[in-house]
Amino acid sequence: MERSRLYPKHFTFILIVTIALFIVCVLASLAFGARWLTLSELMEGLKTLQSDTVTANILEKRWLRTIFGLCCGAALGIAGVLMQSVTRNPLADPSILGVNTGAALFVVCGMAFLRISTPQEYIWFALSGAMFTAIFVFGIGSMGRGGATPLKLVLAGAATTAALSSLITAVMIPRTFVMNQFRFWQVGSVGAGTWDSLLLFLPFLAVGALVAIFCAPGLNALALGEEAARGLGVKTGWLRFVAAFAGVVLCGATTAVAGPIAFVGLLATHVIRLLLGPDLRFLIPMSALSGAVILTGSDVIGRIIGSPGELEVGVVTAFVGAPLLILLAMKVKVRSI
Amino acid sequence: MIMMNTLSLTHTVELIRLGRISRKRRWLIVTGILAILTFALCAAMLLLGNTIYPVRDVVAVLAGEEVKGASFAVGTIRLPRMLAGLLAGFAFGISGYIFQTMLRNPLANPNVIGITSGSSAAAVFCIIVLQSSKTVTSIASVIAGLATSLLIYVLSRGKSSFSIGRLILVGIGIQAMCNSMITYLMLIGEEHNLPAAVRWLTGSLNGVRMDELPSLIVTCLILVPLICMLSRPLMMLELGEQAASSLGVRTDPVRIMLIASAVILAAIATAITGPIASVAFLAGPIAVRLAGAGSANSIPAGLVGAVLVLAGDLAGQFAFTTKFPVGIITGIIGAPYLLFLLIKLNRRGDF
Repeated sequence: MERSRLYPKHFTFILIVTIALFIVCVLASLAFGARWLTLSELMEGLKTLQSDTVTANILEKRWLRTIFGLCCGAALGIAGVLMQSVTRNPLADPSILGVNTGAALFVVCGMAFLRISTPQEYIWFALSGAMFTAIFVFGIGSMGRGGATPLKLVLAGAATTAALSSLITAVMIPRTFVMNQFRFWQVGSVGAGTWDSLLLFLPFLAVGALVAIFCAPGLNALALGEEAARGLGVKTGWLRFVAAFAGVVLCGATTAVAGPIAFVGLLATHVIRLLLGPDLRFLIPMSALSGAVILTGSDVIGRIIGSPGELEVGVVTAFVGAPLLILLAMKVKVRSI
Repeated sequence: MIMMNTLSLTHTVELIRLGRISRKRRWLIVTGILAILTFALCAAMLLLGNTIYPVRDVVAVLAGEEVKGASFAVGTIRLPRMLAGLLAGFAFGISGYIFQTMLRNPLANPNVIGITSGSSAAAVFCIIVLQSSKTVTSIASVIAGLATSLLIYVLSRGKSSFSIGRLILVGIGIQAMCNSMITYLMLIGEEHNLPAAVRWLTGSLNGVRMDELPSLIVTCLILVPLICMLSRPLMMLELGEQAASSLGVRTDPVRIMLIASAVILAAIATAITGPIASVAFLAGPIAVRLAGAGSANSIPAGLVGAVLVLAGDLAGQFAFTTKFPVGIITGIIGAPYLLFLLIKLNRRGDF
């Protein structure tokens, strides 16, 4: 009895299934690609660590890609949970709210006017772009009666995205070098990552995840409503700020290293919430895990469908995530949209 | 007492009559000015360019004579560009106005609802993957536009009631899928197809050829008179479903015909110029502001659309050191207005 109140229903079972999926995704991500490895080759390659065989070379590239995808997915998953609970809005996702486009605009401006070209530089531009856009969209979306309703936020996000993408194209068109650089960044892909950019990304992931975990109890209280949370001793304004900041940092950093990848946060959070219920202490780590699974899985699917090349992961997640958005729009009650 | 009543009644009737006349006059003046402006912009499109030919030469080319140099520049390059801008602007303007009026929401327009992104995705698919001819591309993009709008409508109908909010959300979802498909197709596309691809992202009049235009011309010639004939029922539909049917409008057939015409116009125009951003969305409100609410504003809306596209294209060609496609210019003009509108709607508490 005590135990069932402490943990959500079926928690152990779901945890085991997710971890199993996680391992399957990692193995699949190592095995599939331009050249498919057989199971025995894979096992052999994993056991022996010498780096002169073809298999070992392939595996090294794929390890990088896999770890990169896992980290980005986890970051997007956590960012999704944070944004949804801070705004108390089931449709909040960095891509829908235009935060990705804001990050992209700043990166493009940096490429065009300041000639930045390394991930180390991208990341600061992307972060500040994400930050400005988030503030702007929340500002517009929460005007008027009723505060920030889901529909208002989504519309403000869509309008801002439209505005910013026009600006991006306007900056890009006269400068072919930016266009070439940007064309491949814009799709959202984990294939272009390097160990350096991974190292650059990890601190942001770590800080964001830690902040998220520390915020979880407070956000749980916030889910009861502003007043109830204050009654329970939560400093709501401060909490919202910190949690939103962490969410924006996570998705801004991901955008900087992997390009804008849409809908992962939305997808991960909704699946897990459906299974585990709304307790954020479980939702946050599990969303990170399932975000990693979703992103790596989508990447594998993209590599299988697009073989011998690849279908960029941003395209796959849009095709998996957009139907979910439509489904949510159909299910949510008309008034509350 | 009775006399007083009769007096005030005649007075009221007189007032209504005067109001109607002044509205009619305002509508005529505004439409006339817009038509003149459109004509002037068309002339500018033909006259301006790297070489500025004398008016006499341009007129001669239009009359079908061979003039050295001018025949190519004006006849082959500038004339199709001007016609495409004029007709596509007109089509986008009218179709946006119909959507906004019928759904009674300024945010409803082919772009936000995702129809043009469906058309664009189909067109890009035809060009890059199937390498099909212009005709097939246009037909495919029209069919895709219709199918997309049908899909969005069916998905957003819901069990109990129709809601514009849900329509917009579903539209955003569909749009995300179409856009990511376009981005992907652009990546796998051959290098030489890529300049065409920018057109599918923002809309542009660059490189329009004369042989692409007939489909758009024919569609406009058929559908614009039809829409004008239906403009009275459209105005009544704006009052609401029940009011319209009690005024004798057969709402369902009228609604279907209007939506179908609006979608076909937008889709055909998209097939030729790409989704020129914000024109469909800006034209309606501007036309209503100019010509006054309460009259049938489809023609003014079409003219405003044409003016926006032609002026935007001229600005894109000559105002900056780089040549920008028209969609960028209209997009940058349109986006702040969209945000302004959102702020206004939010303040009023519409959502």
